[in-house]
Amino acid sequence: MSDDLVGLAFVTGLLAAAVRMATPVVFAMLGEVLAERAGVLNLGIEGTMLMGAMTGFVVAIKTGSLWLGVLAAAAVGMLLGLLMAVLAVHLGLSQHVSGLGITLLSTGLAMFIYRLCFGSPTVPPTVVPFGQVAIPVLAKIPLVGPALFDQYALVYLSWALIPAVSVLLYRTKIGLRLRAVGENPFAADTAGVNVPLVRTVSLVCGGALMGVGGAFLTLAHQNMFLMDVVGGRGWIAVAMVIFGNWDPVKGALGAGLFGLLDGLQLRLQALGLAVPFHVFLIIPYVVTVLAMMSVSRKAMAPAGLLKPYRREDRGG
Amino acid sequence: MKLANPVILLFLLVLVVSCGEGPSAGPGGSGQFRVAAVFQTAIEEPWDGVIHQACLRARDQLKVQYEFTEKVAAADFEKVLREYAERGFDLIVGDAFLAGEEPLRRVAKDYPKIAFAFGSEFKPAAPNLSVFDNWIHEPAYLCGVIAGRLTRTNTLGVVAAMPIAEVNRLVNAFRDGALSVNKNVKLKVAYIGSWFDPPKAKEAAMAQIESGADLIFAERFGVYEACKEKKVLAFSNMYDQEKLAPGVIVTGPVWDMYPTIKHCIETVKSGAWAGVDLKEWSMMARGGASLASFHGFEPKLPAGVMTLVNDLSVKIKSGAFRVPVDESKATSK
Repeated sequence: MSDDLVGLAFVTGLLAAAVRMATPVVFAMLGEVLAERAGVLNLGIEGTMLMGAMTGFVVAIKTGSLWLGVLAAAAVGMLLGLLMAVLAVHLGLSQHVSGLGITLLSTGLAMFIYRLCFGSPTVPPTVVPFGQVAIPVLAKIPLVGPALFDQYALVYLSWALIPAVSVLLYRTKIGLRLRAVGENPFAADTAGVNVPLVRTVSLVCGGALMGVGGAFLTLAHQNMFLMDVVGGRGWIAVAMVIFGNWDPVKGALGAGLFGLLDGLQLRLQALGLAVPFHVFLIIPYVVTVLAMMSVSRKAMAPAGLLKPYRREDRGG
Repeated sequence: MKLANPVILLFLLVLVVSCGEGPSAGPGGSGQFRVAAVFQTAIEEPWDGVIHQACLRARDQLKVQYEFTEKVAAADFEKVLREYAERGFDLIVGDAFLAGEEPLRRVAKDYPKIAFAFGSEFKPAAPNLSVFDNWIHEPAYLCGVIAGRLTRTNTLGVVAAMPIAEVNRLVNAFRDGALSVNKNVKLKVAYIGSWFDPPKAKEAAMAQIESGADLIFAERFGVYEACKEKKVLAFSNMYDQEKLAPGVIVTGPVWDMYPTIKHCIETVKSGAWAGVDLKEWSMMARGGASLASFHGFEPKLPAGVMTLVNDLSVKIKSGAFRVPVDESKATSK
């Protein structure tokens, strides 16, 4: 039994599992960071991921191209981001209600479109999913090489996006405007920033990332679409945004930690310890809650978050 | 917030429209036998899917009328049942697990002339409520026998949803079958804690394979992708899933609800309906349970395994051998 825990293969397997499980959350978390940094909480995230998962799968099957599927998932995510922008930015509706509405809408719509395409077959249709791509040299590093550098192409894409979003937010003029809109839209407006436009673009780009996160589940991790394939990973991503204090890098580390714990609990279940399996299942969630309790004391949410921006309100 | 209400209403409208097929108004009358099904999940869910497929077959082969409602939420379960009862259906079937149990029993009591047959963990209720369940532990045992002979590492994996009686029965029968031919077999069991989470099921299988399992019983969807990547074999569950992963699945327990549905229709027609446990109709002797096709896998099995499995099948069907029913929670050993 102890051999299972200390073996090199165990560590490699666990790390690889952590990366695989973290990837959809990383994509979605980055999308949510963009939205929230601009002042809009997008709770349409879970539904947007599901629509991405479904659209990516359907397009991949119909066209035979996995990458077209990924692009289509991004496109449908952008559409849902745009819908969120219309509701929460342009109409100034409650961000909570608009986001949850989009998730509810997407849950029904995803299954509806899936059935239009495939009916209700007893055996669900499948695609040949993305295979792992080993990075030369790096994949040969003992222990971590096979875990980190023999992964799906989308995993590497998610890694590239973490610093990219970080640089965008902190090192570019666009990022400065985006953050200004999220912190103090009145000041940003005074400085000539088009607040609704910036928020809309953030939601649209964020939606694309959420859609791709969903497509990772149906085109890389799995090879089919089932109703609950997203399984709450969108909500985890929202938690990771807070966990990471609205910072893409810290959020990604949080997602990695969550993936690691989830991989670990599945391995602990295989050991046959006399502990109810529920205890294992809740480990990642309990640790997330505990970590959030300590982190959220110092959490600095964007000051403009959840507040619809209306110019007329300026006086009051 | 003036705009909120119309927008929310629009959402709900679209949601309702997109929720799939509801009960369509049937022609009614005309003396044709009418069957209704009420499902808590979408019909893509394997358990309810098996019932739905059996009803479709009854519609085609026995010329009965069939209507169904799926994804019925707990709060709506009683209402949907009553609607079918009020419309005078002859037989109402479905799954009543968890939230459906109480409303089902209330409605069945109010309509003693209508026959109800539901998937349930509990007892039937006279005079009109019969229960059934997926009693496919017999083919699960046979899969265990095959796995016990096929394993090289003497370690088998099981990826299951949750440790409830229906699941435990299969897992324990699989283990008992393996132990009956190979005393050294060890079992690793993982629960994913939900009915549908293919990514997690895949990761659970990966964890088991990495710790030595070389055959996985896939009680849930998601396992085959791990088996493909790690080049090990799997056993399916509920129905023939070979198309999901050709070359990966050896065989698996299959549940066929058609014998149950056919028996129900015939009993109602003959006026002999009573609230009974229909479990025998889901077992091998009556054709309600079987092993999935091997799809040409037989020659790859160790010598003598097929003979053993075929002999056991005959004994199970004739009643000469009874597969033990163990509903206690299975754990890794």
